[in-house]
Amino acid sequence: MTVRTAELLMAIIMGVFSVYLMWKSAELEIGWVPGEGPGGGAWPFWLSAGMLICCVATLIRWFARVTPQSRSTELFMDGKTWQIFAITTGSLAVALGLVHVIGMYFALLAFLLFYLRVVGSHSWKVTLPLSVILPITTFFFFEGLLKIILPKGYSEPLFIPLYRFIY
Amino acid sequence: MEVLELLLAGFAEAATPQNLFMMAIGCIIGLFVGAMPGLGSVNGVAILLPVTFLVPPNAAIIFLAAVYYGAMYGGAISSVMLGIPGASTAVATVFDGRPLAMKGQADYALVAAATGSFIGGTISVILFTLFAPPLAEFALKFGPAEEFALMMLAFATFVGLGGDDIPKTLFSICIGLVLAAVGLDEISGQPRLIFFDLTGFYHGINFLVLAIGIYGIGEMLWTLEITRGEVQVSHAAFGVKRIIDAFKKLKGSVVTIVSCSFLGYFVGILPAAGATPASLMAYGMAKSLSNEPEEFGKGRLSGVAAPETANNAASTGSMLPMLTLGIPGSPTTAILLGGMIIWGLRPGPLLFENHPDFVWGLIGSLYLANLFTVIINIAFIPVFVAVLRLPFTILAPIIFVLCIVGGYAPTQDMHDVWLILLFGVVGYLMRKLDYPVAPAVLAIVLGPLAERALRQTLVAERGDVMVFIERPLSAIFLVLAVILTVVPIVKMAKIKARRRREAEASNDS
Repeated sequence: MTVRTAELLMAIIMGVFSVYLMWKSAELEIGWVPGEGPGGGAWPFWLSAGMLICCVATLIRWFARVTPQSRSTELFMDGKTWQIFAITTGSLAVALGLVHVIGMYFALLAFLLFYLRVVGSHSWKVTLPLSVILPITTFFFFEGLLKIILPKGYSEPLFIPLYRFIY
Repeated sequence: MEVLELLLAGFAEAATPQNLFMMAIGCIIGLFVGAMPGLGSVNGVAILLPVTFLVPPNAAIIFLAAVYYGAMYGGAISSVMLGIPGASTAVATVFDGRPLAMKGQADYALVAAATGSFIGGTISVILFTLFAPPLAEFALKFGPAEEFALMMLAFATFVGLGGDDIPKTLFSICIGLVLAAVGLDEISGQPRLIFFDLTGFYHGINFLVLAIGIYGIGEMLWTLEITRGEVQVSHAAFGVKRIIDAFKKLKGSVVTIVSCSFLGYFVGILPAAGATPASLMAYGMAKSLSNEPEEFGKGRLSGVAAPETANNAASTGSMLPMLTLGIPGSPTTAILLGGMIIWGLRPGPLLFENHPDFVWGLIGSLYLANLFTVIINIAFIPVFVAVLRLPFTILAPIIFVLCIVGGYAPTQDMHDVWLILLFGVVGYLMRKLDYPVAPAVLAIVLGPLAERALRQTLVAERGDVMVFIERPLSAIFLVLAVILTVVPIVKMAKIKARRRREAEASNDS
């Protein structure tokens, strides 16, 4: 896909999203409510309309080949970029999914092990200490110091001795 | 002379061992909190407020004000070193701070930020001390119409200074404002824009979710693409000579820094404005004052110093209405105000009469905290610069982890962390197509305030929009906003016409 095609697709997708936002905003009153002023949906509705106008302007400029992106025939993402993008966003999505199952700390451990070892090709000497120390530091900073409890999932029982230590 | 006497008494109060200790600890914690992506002064002050119940109110407010101050300095560290603003107040610092770091001049950027912050902080504390009553009275004249007009001015500054594609900039502003409208409608209390009936949308979209998504995940994806995931060792150098060099280079920015101090202080006083628009306006002003505006965004020292000067000046300015009128000038001062009420103090004009030791102790501590933070900040530069020496494949996953836990902390809802990933991916793809992302972040911060101001005005005036033009201050802000929006369009049209003439001339010849 070229940059020119990507520019067209983005403008269309964002234009459709703007229409969806306008429709969604219209669930509330978008006009003037006597005695109350503008309805609750007016502000997002008209701003979404503004988004749509901007998308139309971008489309017009695309047809007229005004912007550098609308003239570019370069690849939007080459093979290597796709690979980095897919591995990074994919591993992050898997890590976030794992948070719901094994909790934040073990999900972070798994993500760091994968990213440092597989993507970064770092030695175990670098990978292991970082992967272990970072979640532990996060635990003591958030749960010990800031008293913010992060999700534990099925790993919750493992933390009970640490709770006794902190609280 | 009376002010001088009170100030000296304030210094004596601030310089007691306990207060000095609290101030020093507050500055250091603030620096680190500010430097962490996703945690800013507001998070630091909110989280640490309960801790201060262990000490007297004087020491507590000095500690929290030092955290606030330190975080303002610290925000620049993350903007420069990681390309991720530690808080919304440091968004503008990324524009030139990051390019400088990429060129191996991170230390120059940090010195510029620290120097700007110090000068901005010092000038604003002096202004705070001398001109508090008349300026507060002036700011009191602002109604919702003026607040709304002022926010429009902040957005127009973005269109005017961005130099980006105008429809794309306006799109970015609009989408940020719409995302800010998600949640419950403040006036009617009805749910609004609850996508797919997901309960996570009921608490709205915190600006940090968008900021961390765009500047955390999106920035990392962008950098990974550029570096191809290869090891990236920074060439950033450090030494006393380099610091002296940085000071020499900053000489040309003195006028900008001083001007931005005044601008930041003034904008900071205004309730509903604050450090974020102040820093963005300062960036715009520095760009327009410069002889080489096209160099901004490519790594210009004054582009780092200007927003940092203004956000520090604004943080002091925002304390003014809080202390004198009981109206917080920023979210952080709102929390400080809440703390004062818990301590049994009633902020307002009577506070100066009934608790002068408290008020002047705080003012005295601001002078000392400013000095202390700049020293610590510059002394820690080698530590911060060392971060850039890390291979990028080590730095990136660490930043991803910080983004995930930092994104979870404010609302403690995994829904927000998923949104961060979504915004990161979409932000990255849009950035590849030259959609500016910073206006969206500014818009999501100011969105709720802008909507409230607009609706209050329209309700009060029964729908008469002419009020924005009839009120002189509002009219001035709007005229400036129109000028800022129109000027780049006219400039673009002129450049296009000139190119066309040149092309025709070359064809003729």
